[in-house]
Amino acid sequence: MNEKKQLSETAFMTRNEKIFNGIMVFIGIVVTILSLYPIYYVVIASLSKPLFVENGDVMFWLKSPTLASYAAAAKKPGIWTAYANTIFYTAAGVLVNMFFTTTMAYALSKKQLIFKKFFTLLTVFTLWFNAGIIPTYVNFVDFKLIDTRTAILVGFAINTYNLIILKSFFEQLPESIEEAAIIDGARNLSIFWRIYLPLSKPALATVGMFYAVARWNGYFWAMSLLNSDSKIPLQVFLKKMIVDKISNETDAAILTTNSLSSPTTVIYATIVISIIPMLIVYPFVQKYFKSGATIGAVKG
Amino acid sequence: METQKTEMNKKLPKRKLSVWAKFKRDGDLLLLLLPGLLWYLLFTYRPMAGLRIAFYEYNLFRGIEGSRFVGWSNFIQFLSGPDFSQTVINTLMIALWQLLIVFPLPILLAIAITEMKNKWVSKMTQTATFLPYFISVVVVCGMVINFLSPSTGIINFFIRKLGGEPIYFMTKPEYFRPIYTLMTLWQTAGFSSIVYIAAIMGIDPALYEAAKVDGATKIQQIRHVTLPGIMPIILVMLVLNIGKMVKVGFESIILLYQPVTFSTADVIATYVYRTGLTNRNYGLATAAGLFEAVVALLLVVVANKLSKKVSQTSIW
Repeated sequence: MNEKKQLSETAFMTRNEKIFNGIMVFIGIVVTILSLYPIYYVVIASLSKPLFVENGDVMFWLKSPTLASYAAAAKKPGIWTAYANTIFYTAAGVLVNMFFTTTMAYALSKKQLIFKKFFTLLTVFTLWFNAGIIPTYVNFVDFKLIDTRTAILVGFAINTYNLIILKSFFEQLPESIEEAAIIDGARNLSIFWRIYLPLSKPALATVGMFYAVARWNGYFWAMSLLNSDSKIPLQVFLKKMIVDKISNETDAAILTTNSLSSPTTVIYATIVISIIPMLIVYPFVQKYFKSGATIGAVKG
Repeated sequence: METQKTEMNKKLPKRKLSVWAKFKRDGDLLLLLLPGLLWYLLFTYRPMAGLRIAFYEYNLFRGIEGSRFVGWSNFIQFLSGPDFSQTVINTLMIALWQLLIVFPLPILLAIAITEMKNKWVSKMTQTATFLPYFISVVVVCGMVINFLSPSTGIINFFIRKLGGEPIYFMTKPEYFRPIYTLMTLWQTAGFSSIVYIAAIMGIDPALYEAAKVDGATKIQQIRHVTLPGIMPIILVMLVLNIGKMVKVGFESIILLYQPVTFSTADVIATYVYRTGLTNRNYGLATAAGLFEAVVALLLVVVANKLSKKVSQTSIW
C-alpha cells in the first residue's frame, strides 16, 4: 500500500524534482557511511590480525580474522571489575534516578501543589546556572562521599531535563482519570503509584533510557570522585588505557614488536566490548529516544 | 480552569477549603516532592553557596572556616593572569566553530531526511546518524586519538595512500579546533536533527501544495516554506545552545588536549579543571568557573532578548 503510494509519487515527479530527490538520497548515503564507518573500522580492526592493522592493510575489510585482541583485552587486569561496576552503577543508578525523578515530577505536575511556581523555578534555574565543578567537588568532600559508590548513585539522582520531560508528560494526562480516583477516596500517593505510573510507561521508558545511557557512558565524575580501582566503572578504565597510551607511545611500540596483539587493537577490542550493550539495545530504544529528544528540546 | 472550579463548587456547595484542609488534602504531595527537593538543595544549591570558595585561599581539609579570606584577589589573579586571554579566546573560537558548523548542519540534515522520497533511505540515514550519540565521550575520544595516530592511525594510512606524509595531528595546535568540531558534529548531528525533523513534519502540507501551484521549485519551497516554518524552533535551539557553547565540552577536551596544544585547546572550563582538581588551587579555579558561568548566563539572557525581538520566540 505504502509502496504503491511512493511509486505513484515518484512517477509524477518532474525532472527537476527527480534530480533533487537523487541529490538528497546521495547525501543520505554519504552521511550514513560517514556515521557508521568509524564504528565499523573499530570492529574490523579489533577482529583482524594486529600486524595488518598496524601496517594499514586493514581499511575496509577484515584481514586474517583472529580473537587475539579480545583475548588480550579480557586479560587486562581490572577490566571485568570495571565492567561489573558499570553494570551496577547503571542498574542501581537508574533505580535511584527514577525514584527521585518520578516522585518530584508528579508533585510538580499538580496544580494544587503549594508554591508550585517557586518549586518549579528552583529546578529550572539549575539549567541556566550551576555551581560548576569545583564547588560540586568540594560539596562531595564536605559530605565525606569521596571514593564512595553512594556519591555516584545519589549525587546525580536528578537530571533536570528528564524531570521536565516527565513533568510535562504527567501534566498532559487528562484530569478526569484522577477525579474518579479521588471520589474513591484515593490520595495523591496512591494516585501516583496506581494510576499515573502505569499510564506513563512510554514516558518512563524514555526517561529511563536517557538515564541508563548517561550512566553507562558517564566518566567525568566517576574519574574525579573515585580513587580505588575496585570502584571505577568501565569508562574510567578505558580512559586510563587511552591516556596511558598517548604518554607511552614509544614504550608501546617497543612492546608490540614481539607480542601477538598490539595496544591499538587491544584498545579497539576494549572499545567494542564496552559499546556492545549500547549497540544491542539501540534498535529498541531508538524510538523512545526520539520522542524524548523532541519533548526535552521543546519544553526545556 | 475557572469553569472547572465553579463546577466543583456546584458539586460541593459553599465549602471553601481552609489552608489546613488544603494541607490535609494535598499534604502527601509534599511528601512526594520532598526527596527531589532535598536532592536539589543538597547537591545543586549547597554547592552554589560553596561559590564563596572563590573569595578564599581554600583549604580542602580545613573547610571554609579554616581558610583565609582573600577578597577579590582570586578573580584579579585569573583576569590578569597569562592564561586569561588565551582561555577566553579559545573558548570563543571553539564556540564560534560550533555555531558555524555543529549548529546549522543538523538543520540541513533534517531537511535532507524529510525531503527524501525513498522512505528506507531516509530511515537508514536517521538511524545511522543517531547512533554515535549513544557512544561515550571516552570511546569517541579514544577513537579520535587512535585514528589520528601517526604510526597506526587510519587517517594517516589514507594520507600515505594518497602520497602524503603522516601528520601527528594531536600535537599540532592548528588541527585542534577542526578535530574537536568534526568529532562533536559526528557525535551529535543525528541527535540534534531529530527536533528539526519533528518540526518539519508539523508544517501544514497545504503550504507546500500552494507553493507548488505557484510554480515554486524545491529549493524555493525550502527557503520560503520549510525554513520559515521551523524558524521558531531554530531560534529556541540557538538560545538553548549558546550557554552550552560557552561551557564547551571540557569532558572531551581534557581527553584530547596536551600541553603542546594548549595554545588553541585550553578553554576556561579545562583551565578550571586543571587548576582546581589537578593543581588543587580551589579558590582560583572557582573564581574562573564563576566567571564562566556568569558569562554563559548573560549570553543566554541576551540571546533570548534578541530572539524575542526578532521573532517573539522566547525560552521563558
